Amino acid sequence: MTDHDPRSAPAWSRLPGPLPVNHAWVDARLWREIAARCHAEDGRLGSLWGSDERPTGSGFVVHAILVSQEGWHWISLKAGDTNPRFPTLSDLFPEAARQERALFDLLGIGSGAPDTRPWLRHEVWGPADFPLRRDRADAPPAARGADPYPFVPVRGEGVHEIAVGPIHAGTIEPGHFRFSVMGDEILRLEARLGYTHKGVAKRFEAMPLATGARLAGRVCGDSTAAYAGAYAMAVEAVSGCAPPPRALWLRALLFERERVANHLGDLGALCQDGGLAFGLTQFGLLKERWLETHRRLFGHRYLMDVIVPGGVACDLDATALGLLESEGTAVLETTRRLEDIVDDHAGLQERFLGAGRLDRAQARALGAVGLAARASGIACDLRALWPSPPYDALGTRVSTRTGGDVAARVGVRFDEIRESLRLIQAILAQLPPGPVCAPCDRAEGLLGLGAVEGWRGRILVAITRARTSGDHHVHIHDPSWQNWPLLERAAPGDLVPDFPLINKSFNLAYSGLDL
Amino acid sequence: MHKLIRQILKTGILPRLPSRRRDAVLETGAPGPSLTDEIGRALAVRHVDTGSCNGCELEIQALGNAVYNLAALGVHLVASPRHADVLLVTGPVARAMADPLRTAYEAVPNPKRVVALGDCACGCGVYTANYATVGAVSPVIPVDLAIPGCPPSPEVIREAFQALMRPRLRGSGIRGLMRRFMARDG
Ligand code: SF4
Repeated sequence: MTDHDPRSAPAWSRLPGPLPVNHAWVDARLWREIAARCHAEDGRLGSLWGSDERPTGSGFVVHAILVSQEGWHWISLKAGDTNPRFPTLSDLFPEAARQERALFDLLGIGSGAPDTRPWLRHEVWGPADFPLRRDRADAPPAARGADPYPFVPVRGEGVHEIAVGPIHAGTIEPGHFRFSVMGDEILRLEARLGYTHKGVAKRFEAMPLATGARLAGRVCGDSTAAYAGAYAMAVEAVSGCAPPPRALWLRALLFERERVANHLGDLGALCQDGGLAFGLTQFGLLKERWLETHRRLFGHRYLMDVIVPGGVACDLDATALGLLESEGTAVLETTRRLEDIVDDHAGLQERFLGAGRLDRAQARALGAVGLAARASGIACDLRALWPSPPYDALGTRVSTRTGGDVAARVGVRFDEIRESLRLIQAILAQLPPGPVCAPCDRAEGLLGLGAVEGWRGRILVAITRARTSGDHHVHIHDPSWQNWPLLERAAPGDLVPDFPLINKSFNLAYSGLDL
Repeated sequence: MHKLIRQILKTGILPRLPSRRRDAVLETGAPGPSLTDEIGRALAVRHVDTGSCNGCELEIQALGNAVYNLAALGVHLVASPRHADVLLVTGPVARAMADPLRTAYEAVPNPKRVVALGDCACGCGVYTANYATVGAVSPVIPVDLAIPGCPPSPEVIREAFQALMRPRLRGSGIRGLMRRFMARDG
């Protein structure tokens, strides 16, 4: 770095843990400069959030994680005690916009960005009531102010709006979609989420870090292993705990099994929405048997509470390893057969090809991550770019497709099932011996970050602790923060009846985002 | 096409799940009188997620797979509460979902039942009542049947539905039973 490099001014300190994360306290000028530099280097915003550190004299603090080729930079800015403010990053990173709105709803820290509509608040707590402020009594909100949400209108002859939700027609989570349509064609889609906001961050503040693992594994049920894994990494980072190698390998096994389970389920649902009910039956059966194996070997069909800070709460004997191996081989064979059928099925391909297209430039501009980004040609995958053990030893082949449409997102799912099954076999063959858990109950560090490539994308968990009081704040970031805007961009131009298929091809989280 | 048919033949027809004793699963809440007495054989169920982590949804979806085959039991999920006999609620009730839940409840025609599915819906689970969460389902709308579990397994949910559909025993104990069987034979 040269002398003029603004990064030479802040005092970076490397955080413990497998990720190359450097942290620094910055002022408002550096906050912008570092973000702009990251943006110029083609980096992205990982997450943006805040916490109330007034009890320890730091006032309100805003944090951002920036991810670029050079590694991970976590910057923290003191936003003041009264009337706290910080400079917006949403002009650089559009994915910051809703995170900044959520930050204002929870803590009343303003970013100065033009869009000041509430995001999480809905009408259920008052506009001057900021629930994550530590001096706020945890009482139910007093008054409901009625503030209808101003969706961005589309005007013109023949344009009308379709309002869907919060309760959807299927067995899915609640949210609201506002379509502006002309005939059957979608002109604009705007999502309004936050319906399942449950005050998770507030709940974490009242829970010891060890018991918080149960909650972390329950903010998004389909990604419980990935969430619990990221949470455990963050707790281990602040506790100076190194989980034993066998635990890390078992965790990777669980992450990959979770990915396969979800991809199988999604492929079934996508076939169904595309008009091939056979696919739902077949993939549904594969997934069901896969989940039953989880129940038998790990005690829970979705792997809840299996990953804990310090390691894992399970172990596998030789019989179990053999069973997992032969199951992997069988699932690979069946999936190959099914992929053949899906590829050959003209009716299905007709629905998949070209639907919900999002090209690489659009995906880049919106900060796409995970599966959806890879289907638009962006090879971002934590397991390959910043591999933590055992992924450094395993080597992950990242699947990318260039189509950016439903077909590409289906294709990436097939590729990833094959790759996960390959990783699973490698893990089973090389699983190191030894204990599966280390003590992890002495939090001493002040900052910890955990990150796991979940099946949707990169899940982050950041823990900040106050040195004097021992108070902590847990921030959880779901990749859907970045990827909901992709869906809103992909749907226009398609027909309303194709929306369920396009939506399913992204299959984004509600609860994991609303928290 | 031949590949598809080969795969169907290879999969075969799965055996019917044995039905077990049904009362065992109902730890909390007593089922009201059987709905099927009042409305006939099949049950139309409308699911409402009021703040679930989506784990309970995964198991509702699993109920439709070839192993649990909920439809074979005469239970099907419907898109509108107006078509439903049963409201199946998952998750703690997030404050922003309390009104939509009440609206959905009112839209279900009488007679109706409410099933709270999962620890969160039954008693708030790992969450807690706070500025954003009202709590369990029962203070918001009356609950007829509570199915605990995090998430409850598809077998348990299936059996709970069977309990809901079990013909009501008129009278009690063995005499009620006898009366039923006699009525059927006669
Ligand atoms: S009961 Fe468990 S699985 Fe169901 S919504 Fe609650 S936390 Fe999720």
